[in-house]
Amino acid sequence: MKVTLRVKRYDPERDRSPRWQEYTVEVEDYATVLDALIKVREEIDESLALRCSCRSHICGSCAMRINQKGGLACKTKLAEVAGDGGTVVVEPAGNLPVVKDLVVDLVPFFDKVRAVDPYLQPAGPPPEREYIASNEDMENVKGAMACILCGACVSDCTVLEVDPDFLGPAALAKAWRFVADPRDAADEERLGALSERNGIWDCTHCFMCVEVCPKDVKPMERILDLRRRAMEAGFKNNNGSRHSDAFVETIRESGRLDETKVAIRSTSGLGELLSWSGVGLRSFLHGKVPLSHKPIPGAEHVRKIFDKLETKAGEAQ
Amino acid sequence: MLQHDVLVVGAGLAGMRAALEAKKQGVDVAIMSKVYPVRSHSNAAQGGINAALSEDDSWESHAFDTVKGSDYLGDQDAIEILAKEAPQAIIELENFGVTFNRDERGRLGSRNFGGASHARTYFVGDFTGQAILHVMFEQLLRTGLTSYDEWFVTQLVKDDSGAIRGVVAMDIRTGQLHLVKAKAVVLATGGMGRVYEPSTNALICTGDGMALAYRAGALLMDMEMVQFHPTTLKANGALLSEAARGEGAYLLNKDGERFMFKYAPNKLELASRDVVSRAEQIEINEGRGVDGCVLFDLRHLGAEKIMERLPQIRELALEFAGVDIIHEPVPVRPGMHYIMGGIKTDVWGKTNLDGLFAAGECACVNVHGGNRLGANSLLETVVFGKRAGAAAAEYVKSVGDVRVSEAWLRDEEARIEGLLKRPEGEKAAALRLEMGQTMTRNVGVFRTGEQLLEAQAKIQELKQRYQRVSVGDKGRIFNTNLQFVLELENMLDLAEVVVASALFRTESRGAHTRLDYPNRDDANWLKHTVATYTAAGPKLDTRPVTITRWEPQERKY
Repeated sequence: MKVTLRVKRYDPERDRSPRWQEYTVEVEDYATVLDALIKVREEIDESLALRCSCRSHICGSCAMRINQKGGLACKTKLAEVAGDGGTVVVEPAGNLPVVKDLVVDLVPFFDKVRAVDPYLQPAGPPPEREYIASNEDMENVKGAMACILCGACVSDCTVLEVDPDFLGPAALAKAWRFVADPRDAADEERLGALSERNGIWDCTHCFMCVEVCPKDVKPMERILDLRRRAMEAGFKNNNGSRHSDAFVETIRESGRLDETKVAIRSTSGLGELLSWSGVGLRSFLHGKVPLSHKPIPGAEHVRKIFDKLETKAGEAQ
Repeated sequence: MLQHDVLVVGAGLAGMRAALEAKKQGVDVAIMSKVYPVRSHSNAAQGGINAALSEDDSWESHAFDTVKGSDYLGDQDAIEILAKEAPQAIIELENFGVTFNRDERGRLGSRNFGGASHARTYFVGDFTGQAILHVMFEQLLRTGLTSYDEWFVTQLVKDDSGAIRGVVAMDIRTGQLHLVKAKAVVLATGGMGRVYEPSTNALICTGDGMALAYRAGALLMDMEMVQFHPTTLKANGALLSEAARGEGAYLLNKDGERFMFKYAPNKLELASRDVVSRAEQIEINEGRGVDGCVLFDLRHLGAEKIMERLPQIRELALEFAGVDIIHEPVPVRPGMHYIMGGIKTDVWGKTNLDGLFAAGECACVNVHGGNRLGANSLLETVVFGKRAGAAAAEYVKSVGDVRVSEAWLRDEEARIEGLLKRPEGEKAAALRLEMGQTMTRNVGVFRTGEQLLEAQAKIQELKQRYQRVSVGDKGRIFNTNLQFVLELENMLDLAEVVVASALFRTESRGAHTRLDYPNRDDANWLKHTVATYTAAGPKLDTRPVTITRWEPQERKY
């Protein structure tokens, strides 16, 4: 099979800005994007820089953007992204500074992993033997332990695109691994810290991390679970948590979402509300603030559903 | 000036475990690796880690299985330590946070593995190495010790007395060379699989530590003992874990016969790796293979077990062989996987060079002898990584000020500059491929003196041609081409040692099968081979094998 790789290159010692370079190679039908890149590096252009090692999607070295999507080059078959005679576009991973060609700076990536205190913090001294834990619990944690810290999720995270300080999906999935681990006793501290700025409430549920993760870790689902656990643990003095509560409450009150009320109730109080007045005014001028909010006909039935659910939840506990 | 008490080179399991232990002793520790720690090849260990933890098992049984697996070439004092310290090592990993599979009582659950008389392999699905490596990394982050990520060591540095007192290393990101002084250096740089083509090993497994130590005067022991894993995929050499056979998978020839009945009537597919690989190669050589492979059949395990316990294997077979193991057997063949040999150390990781320690695959303690049992390699990294770290920390307390000449740095700078300035010549990748293919063809599962001499001549030719290899990338920042040229030099030196050691051992033992010397020869060869660097090539000698309680017997599975 013959494929053309259109590679985004940048050599800080030579280039002022990134440039595109095309390479055409002949590869086996089962070849991956990585196989082709290695062929280029070995036979055509030794100056092409990329990280790669295991070739079997376990080391996480070769995360990059392939046809605008984050992923592992060693897990991406050329037959699926280009086909015979086709072209595949290869770029460095997103949301991280480029060092050279397909190599990005991982220092900010690992700094964020470090920021979630990524180690088990059990209560008291260790037992004489292993901790007793159910296989089910271990299987559950294993879902996140499958993360190889490749950074594909970080590359394509839409929040990091606008806010580089967001902890991001990889670090938060790592944090979840400890909160969900029955052996860890620091849930309270962890959930409190994660509820702060740049933490769990900054995710916008865009699903990109779930989509691109090569190990099916589903970081976003872990983030949503952390939110639920944080609120249950009482960490509610934050806009995200207030937003979540207000969302439910306005529906209970009127049978449908009252966006204005949700926005107001999500803030910490008058001071913060006033700080958003510019945004409020612009929204109003663009017709984004509904002037009146009417309950839906039969809103009392919605309330009954809420009551019933709450009674049931109470019984279940 | 960069200086530490203990500098660990290599940040896989052995390296990180050594660093943690040294740090615990209160000395200043740094760890350095050419990749980020979580990229290390310990990741690739799928099946598990051995320990005699259950009540009906014993360390003696584990040790005996290991001795027998080694074809009596393992040093029994080291093997006793490995087996005795295994249970505590596993418990420690669990306490660190490894999510081992559990039994119905919530205790650690185990599985069967090759060459073992008990189900003593503890595991995390089929990504045990990755799970342990990442947990060890978590512990490393907890200590906050200095980590030189993506630094490539180009030279070991000696003081006037000849003791190892640091390294010259290249910060890959900037291309700058640095002299990093240390009172002790612990090498934990892993294996050298890339000397062969194909190999199950990652691209980073270029034997750097072994080659650096060898050129500095350390002894390389039993380098002819190269393990071929019985179940690798033809397309790219990818490994399908022994866990599959542990769970009950069959090996079939083209007639659908479970041929292991002929070669190992008791243990069948779960005989040790050298035995199974030889059996497969005989089937293939005698025309009972399928397209250079035998068939690996997991269908009878059922979809549920495959999905829960062997999901990664299914994924690999689907991707690289286009076969869904739930419905079809997958073709497999023996593939280069591991080197039992390495830098000779004592049971505390001490080498014959003052100030130099080693642990993990790059070292040879020697617990694997002629053939390593599956799931003993992860165990070796944590048991002997810990010991090397402790011993290095203890050692540095008696070392005074480090005095090494800046000339080490200048010489390395000149050497690298020279490489970059070479006129356009041969490509490093082409040489590596020729070397790898030669090693697979001539120094494989079966060897003859004639084939080995041919390989020796070829490696000499490649070493000559290496002098004309050029570096296509002239920059300094993240120059992976330059790094590869340096790695190739390491690999060529090691290929030379493997061939010379294989020529030297005129018998068949463990993974080393000489068709011209088909029998094990305890009278002459119950000995280790050791290679010493000389300008004219490796000088071979022998060392006695330590026998504590298990006298050599005929080996049957």
